[in-house]
Amino acid sequence: MAMTLAGRDRRRALALLSPAYLWLTVAVFLPLSAMAFFSFLSDVPFGGKDWHATLDNYRAFFQTATYATLLWKSLKLGLIVTVVSVVVGFPCAYVLAKIVKGRSREALFLLVILPFWSNSLVRIFSWAIVLRGNGVLDRAVNAILPWDVKLNLMFSPTAIVIGLVHSYLPYVILTSYLALQAIDDSLIEAARSLGARRRTILWRLILPLAAPGILAGAVLIFVPVVGSFMEPRLLGGRVGTYYGTVIEDQFVAVFNWPLGAALSFILLAVVLAILAAASPILRRART
Amino acid sequence: MSNGFLAHLGRAYVGLILFFLYAPILVMAAMSLNASEFYQLPFRGSTEWYARLWHNGEILSAAWRSVWIAVIVTLIATTLGTAASVALFRHDFRGKRVLQVLLFPPIAIPWLITGTAMLIFFFGIGLGRGTPAVIIGHVALALPYVIVVVSARLATFDRTLEEAARSLGATPWQITRAVTVPWILPGIIAGGLFAFAVSFDQFVVSYFLSEPGDTTLPVLIYTSIRKGFTPEINAISTIIIALSMGIMLLAARYSNFGGER
Repeated sequence: MAMTLAGRDRRRALALLSPAYLWLTVAVFLPLSAMAFFSFLSDVPFGGKDWHATLDNYRAFFQTATYATLLWKSLKLGLIVTVVSVVVGFPCAYVLAKIVKGRSREALFLLVILPFWSNSLVRIFSWAIVLRGNGVLDRAVNAILPWDVKLNLMFSPTAIVIGLVHSYLPYVILTSYLALQAIDDSLIEAARSLGARRRTILWRLILPLAAPGILAGAVLIFVPVVGSFMEPRLLGGRVGTYYGTVIEDQFVAVFNWPLGAALSFILLAVVLAILAAASPILRRART
Repeated sequence: MSNGFLAHLGRAYVGLILFFLYAPILVMAAMSLNASEFYQLPFRGSTEWYARLWHNGEILSAAWRSVWIAVIVTLIATTLGTAASVALFRHDFRGKRVLQVLLFPPIAIPWLITGTAMLIFFFGIGLGRGTPAVIIGHVALALPYVIVVVSARLATFDRTLEEAARSLGATPWQITRAVTVPWILPGIIAGGLFAFAVSFDQFVVSYFLSEPGDTTLPVLIYTSIRKGFTPEINAISTIIIALSMGIMLLAARYSNFGGER
């Protein structure tokens, strides 16, 4: 195969590639551009409405403290969920990659990843059943403990964090596992035979080598959590107002699409900034 | 501390994680088989809620719509995605890296942003909400997954096989049909199963793009839960999660995400 394409080869490649990329253009890239355009309008430009170009939607974000506060609240939620998932998930990935061997490793790994590929809405719903007052968790805890406890976890920030960790934990286990698997066991053996302690091996050898994988997992969790709205809605009840739920409201309840577009676009800018900052790490994690 | 003890501790920890991941799902499944409408204990077994599903027209039609949308999405995304993967594998050209990087926005940008952007654009061009909009959106979300999975399989393909076929006088189409496709078939099947799962489990994009009263199953479940829980929703949710886990087990057989071969 030649490195430069002859005319026929070029046409063949174009014919194979263009349907997929045209589809992505129409369904993803043009819509994102349209959203940017809408965010500068005073009203939707169809249905015979009067509209003009304006900066009011962005002004609303910067002048009303509510939106910035909620964005900050969502960013904090993303941070908490990410940290909890990494702290809980990394040891699990370590056991799978370095301690368990053979067929049982494959089976356990699949079991950990499987829920991630099942319906996320249904999994959040299952937590609502477990956490509700006088529900299964309340009864289980009260059956074990001799004194009376009221957990009241449902409709609290804790419930939202539990649900989101449950949703995204497999991500960080997957990426950490891949990074840990790439570490040669003989390196660890060598360090041990040179008299390195367990803690030294963990902090000076394993964590630095696995860091790209852990960070990749962290980004993959942080970004969708900042944009989450269904989980806070179902598990948070009245305390479940976040940046994502405000955007949802603009589109399905308040019908202020231009404001929703501006809020979405600000979120997109934040997300892209995070992805851009993390892209050297993500690239290293893939190779 | 001996190594054996640590290994046991480690296994116990993985067990704990699995308990955290599966316990709520099992509780939900158990409650769908509980006779009490208000999840009262003690548990009394009953299949009443499953039987009632068969008479719930709203749930049945949403379920049916979810399935056939997912089938259409799978067919389109697998075809277009496989074609693109083959082109990316066979040809080297300027801008190839850019095309590969362009696959990440649909995966990496939160679906809330993608979904609302699609809603705006589809209204702008006069398509509006409804099943066609949902299908267009789902295919776009599924395409990158298909391309990634099929490309991973193609990476293990020995190019000299294609060259051997060419030197024996096979046309490009014959080479594709008799050499390339049979080799990457497991990748195509896995990619198709991923596409089905992306569409069948998709909530966010369907939520913004589907017509009220004409929705997919996850959207119907969401709006029902917000009105109040019913064991019927447990029952249909249990069926959905069993189905989507089954699909992913199949996909895992045909691809190998992460594990060694």
